[in-house]
Amino acid sequence: MTDPASPHELTAYALSLGIAVCGEDNGMPLLTVEFGPTVEGRPGHFHGGATAGLLETAGYAALRTALLAAGRDPQLKPINITVQYLAAGKSRPTFALGRITRLGRRNANIAVEAWQDDRERPIATAVMNILMV
Amino acid sequence: MNTPPARFDAREASKWFFRHGHTGWLGLRFADQGDNWVELELPWREDLLGDSNRPVLASGPIISLMDMASGMAIWQTSGSFNPVATLDLRVDYQRPARDRASVRGRVECYRRTRSAAFVRGIAHDGDHDDPVAHVAGVFMTIGADLRAENPAFNRNNGND
Repeated sequence: MTDPASPHELTAYALSLGIAVCGEDNGMPLLTVEFGPTVEGRPGHFHGGATAGLLETAGYAALRTALLAAGRDPQLKPINITVQYLAAGKSRPTFALGRITRLGRRNANIAVEAWQDDRERPIATAVMNILMV
Repeated sequence: MNTPPARFDAREASKWFFRHGHTGWLGLRFADQGDNWVELELPWREDLLGDSNRPVLASGPIISLMDMASGMAIWQTSGSFNPVATLDLRVDYQRPARDRASVRGRVECYRRTRSAAFVRGIAHDGDHDDPVAHVAGVFMTIGADLRAENPAFNRNNGND
């Protein structure tokens, strides 16, 4: 499953969930989602699946940005994602930023962090492997 | 609903779980259950697509499906609805779902300790033997062990 070619163009799923690009950091798109019914799990808290969706979307956005800079536009296929949950997502906006750990010819390894008030205290992290064909 | 059943029952719980919030927005449905497993369905929907070129469900909603099926498998196995927090969830994508296909997630809780629960499962679009994804996860029981240093305890966290 691939994202649209532009790194700032989000998937139908991401837009529907309420994810938006709100800036840039280290050349990578910074994504955010407000707290609301579409992301709520336990009352007043983010659902783990919504947090994972934000992390994954930020990972793809980072990869698209890096590929665009390299003049490449391959089709992206997910290999896997591992999400670590570190703290509950409270009823506040959540941010996420991806970082390319390795950009190879056929696959990429991406690390993503999500946080709320304090960037130094992430609420979740993810590692993603993505195949490029 | 009248008197809630004494033992956690995924079929009954689904009636109110999926009315609100993230899982309600996704439109999750109860599909099937066993002693230690639960299967849920994520219906195909246009606004859950992950690719502008193909009518295939995005991977994000599939993670949500598996996370929810995991929690419910743990409650189904233990028989009680004690809050759990996802610690670690891994999804290995085997292939894209078929065009316009709903995806079902079947997760079993294969081991419980006093404070942790281990789950594994598959996501499929009709054939259990040809999964869309494999998942493995670890959940912590909230408040089960006050000595635990894990931040998921100390901040009284939960993801579901």
